[in-house]
Formats: sequence, C-alpha cells, structure tokens
Amino acid sequence: MTGATMSGEPLRHPVKAPHLGEPVLRALGIEKYYRRNHVLRGMDVEVRRGEAVMLIGRSGSGKTTFLRCVNFLEEPTMGSIEIDGVRVEADPLHARSRAHQEQIRQIRIRSGMVFQEFNLFPHMSVLANLIEAPTRVLGVSHAEAVERAEGYLGKVGLAEKRDEYPARLSGGQKQRVAIARALCMEPKVLLFDEPTSALDPELIGEVLNVMEGLAHEGSTMIVVTHELHFAREAADRVVFLEEGRIIEEGPPEKMLDSPEDDRTKQFLRRFLASPRASET
Amino acid sequence: MTAAAGTPEAGSILAQLEAYQERSRTVFRLKFIAVWVVLIGALLGALWATGNIDLAFIAEWGPFILGGASLTILLSVVSIIFATLLAIVGAIGRLSRNAYINGVASLYVSLVRGTPLIVQIFFIYFGLPQLGIVLPSIPAGIIALSFNYGAYMTEIFRAGIQAVPPGQREAAQSLGMPERQVMGRIVLPQAFRIVIPAIGNDFVAMIKDSALVSTIAVQELLWRAGQVGTQNFRSLEALLIAAAVYWILTIVFSAFQERLEKRMARGDR
Repeated sequence: MTGATMSGEPLRHPVKAPHLGEPVLRALGIEKYYRRNHVLRGMDVEVRRGEAVMLIGRSGSGKTTFLRCVNFLEEPTMGSIEIDGVRVEADPLHARSRAHQEQIRQIRIRSGMVFQEFNLFPHMSVLANLIEAPTRVLGVSHAEAVERAEGYLGKVGLAEKRDEYPARLSGGQKQRVAIARALCMEPKVLLFDEPTSALDPELIGEVLNVMEGLAHEGSTMIVVTHELHFAREAADRVVFLEEGRIIEEGPPEKMLDSPEDDRTKQFLRRFLASPRASET
Repeated sequence: MTAAAGTPEAGSILAQLEAYQERSRTVFRLKFIAVWVVLIGALLGALWATGNIDLAFIAEWGPFILGGASLTILLSVVSIIFATLLAIVGAIGRLSRNAYINGVASLYVSLVRGTPLIVQIFFIYFGLPQLGIVLPSIPAGIIALSFNYGAYMTEIFRAGIQAVPPGQREAAQSLGMPERQVMGRIVLPQAFRIVIPAIGNDFVAMIKDSALVSTIAVQELLWRAGQVGTQNFRSLEALLIAAAVYWILTIVFSAFQERLEKRMARGDR
C-alpha cells in the first residue's frame, strides 16, 4: 500500500460497503451547549468496523465540536459515547470527577485523534512521540513499541525521519507523523479534525493519500473535512451537518452528486463555486 | 548564494558589501570597548586623584574579601535550586482547580511578594528563635532566599505552563495519558524551556540579593567587606572591591546565560 500511495497514484477500490463489520462507535443523543448557545442538537452517529465517515458542512455547523465530543475533549451536555463496548454518559456536572475522567480515558485509549495543528510534542524526537503513549499508557514494552512505531512510520512513508525533531519536518510530514502516532495506539476508531486545513496546498495531497490508504485498508474513521474530492474517493458515508444537526447522510456518490435536501444542495453549490466561501 | 552571485559584477559587489559589514561590526565593537575603558578609567582616576585610596589596604585585605565570593555563589546556587523546586510546586498549585491547594499556593505568593526580603531574613533568623526554632545563619539565609525567589518564580512558572499551547495538552489527553503524565511528560518539560531565560535572570538577581544575608552574619562577600572596612576605617576601598566582585560575577553569569539561551534557540523548537 505504501508504495502505491506514496508515489501519488490514485488507489481505486470501488466497492467499499460490503466489508463493513459490527458497530464500533455509537454516539447517541449528543447535545452540546456553550452557555446558552446550542451547538449540537441531538447527534446520533453509528460507525461500523472498517467504515470511513466524513462529516461535511460549513464552519460553525458543529462538525468539529461533535468530533471533540466523541473523545470528550469537550464534555457533551447530554448524550453518550460508546466505543468498542465502553460506554460513557455525558456528565457535565461531574466532568472533573476522578471516576468520570477514568471512564473518559478508556474512551480515549480506544480512539486516536489527529488534529488540524498536528500537535506533535516538540521536545521529543519523532520516535519518542510515537512510543510515548504505547509504553506509558498501554504498557507495551519498549522494544515492541519501537517496532510498532517503525512499522507505522513506514506506512506513512517517513521511516527515515524517526530520529528527527518535529521542527525539522514540513507540515505534511508532521501530519503524517501525527497519524502514525495515533495508529501506534492501535485505536478502534480514528478521529480526524480537518487534518489538512493548516497545510500549504502543495502538501495536502501527501496527507490525503495516507488517509485514503487507511480508509481502503479498512481503518474505521470519522473525518471532519472540507476536501470533498477526498470524501468522494475515501468515504463509505458522507454526513452533512447544519446547525448542530444531521441534515442528510448517505454514500458519497449520492451525497455529492444528487443530494435530496435543499440545504445540502445549497452548501455544495456554494462550496463548489468557492470552497473558502462556505467557511465564512 | 551561488545563484545570487551569478555575474562577476554582482559577485564583486556582494564581496565588498560583506567586507564592509564585517568592518562596521568591528568598528562598533572597538568603539564600544573604548567607551567602557575610558569611563571606568576616568572613574578610578578621579578616585585616585582625591589621594584617599589606600593601595596597601587593598593589597592586604582584597584576597580576604574576595574569599567571600565563593560563599555568595554557593548561597545563590543552592537557593536558586530550592527556589526552582518550590516554584514548580507553587505554579501547579496556583493552577490547581482544588480550592485548598490553590488557596495555599496563592497565599504563599502573596505573602512573600508583599513583604520585603530583609524582613523575611530577619524573621527567620531573629524571629523564629522566639518560637524555639533556632537556625544557623547560612541555612537561615538559604531558606529566606529560596522562599522569596520561589514565590516570584512561581509566577514565572505559572506563565510558562500557560504558554504551552493547549493543543499539546489535548494531544496528550487524546492518547489516553492520565493527568499526572500529561503534566510531567508533556507540559512541564516545554514550560521549563520557556522559563529558562527567566530563571537565568533571577539567578543573576539572586547573586546581588544574597548580599542581604550579610545582615545575619553570613560571612559572604559584603559581610567581609563591611568587617574589614569599618575596622580599618577603609570602607570606600572595601566596598569598591565588593562591588567589583558582584559586578564581575553578574557579567560572567549573564554571558553564560546568554550562551545557554542561544543554544536553546538553535535547538529543536
């Protein structure tokens, strides 16, 4: 897989749906308020093993907030998250309690987050970034963690960068390392929060290639993205959000070519006319 | 570079420009040094001209006063280490969501920063014995300096911790790290890098503030100068020596700190 994606040749796996397994992630009735501001208005999302779900919608529609609620970087006001059998109810009144924090940690161990701003640890080498959590959180032995890290670094095409520090990498390389870091925890689901929005245009492709490879290999993922072309190639399901609600969802061909809801149509029209306009 | 010097003409201009810039830098440096030499010379010359400077005294007692420098450095080094440890604990306390911990840490900072260092030194050395706690002068001085600087450095560390981008903490949390590990492995090491220049500054300030412990008979630089100065009615010479030693110490450590800072900047951040 690495060779094909790294050389930039498009991967074609037209049939995606049949490989889907049982549900691994269930977000039920997720509501989020910031003070009186109702940002998420009852989001239900179920993701099956091997499924790639892309969240689209204009800025402020709640895509990123939803993703951050999934691993409790934001405590939902109401609702529950279940990943791989571990279910946690939103509990904003006791969000800081030790018991709740420990439950949240179990959710986080089972999910891997990739941020818009990469957030690599600048004081650690690439390898140290990758083995930090597996050794200290999962208790994997040093040797095994290194082996794992080298494997995933190879997968994102950066095997030779293992001893570099993040400051010496390009944006696209940083993001690929960040993906490898998430993979090293062998999470049940990967969460991508606009992973290419902070990149220079010429660096976007290398990151999307890696992600597309993962999607076609059967990684389970939720991706918040503005890259509709990528969604078409890699998504099993596209979900359109507006004002904190799911307006419409379905396979990418249907969602991007013949959506039913007027709001989806309008979003796509504006987006295709000028991708940046949809963000304002 | 080679592309810029494409034509012979451009190459010659670039070479001349480089030589010119190098020359101006050298000229600046020479003028700068000249100003220092002239002004210091004038100052010493004026003192000499009064006919009151006793060189024999300086020759006889200079080495004794200079001997106090080692204690000054020892006090400063030990105190800055304790102050740093206090500051890390203090800063975590000041950022704690636990009202008790936060309250204790904030009271410490407020109390220490709200009272003069000399009062704190006297309190520990002259005040505590009344409560049955008698400390020798050197430990008393170290405790006072450590607590005092610890409070100021608490605020530096707090700012340093807050200057670590929130995304770092979020990334660590998303990897499932417990809070202790997020702090110890990700936030604090980065905060430490941010505050190293400020610690260096405080160390230089500490060298000078350590003079205050001469008041509780710690036989450091200023105490020695004071003793031999008053006994021989030669305070001017004695104080000049002490001042010169403090000055040289701060210059040396400032230069050391500057190099450290440059090395950190060159590093991997």
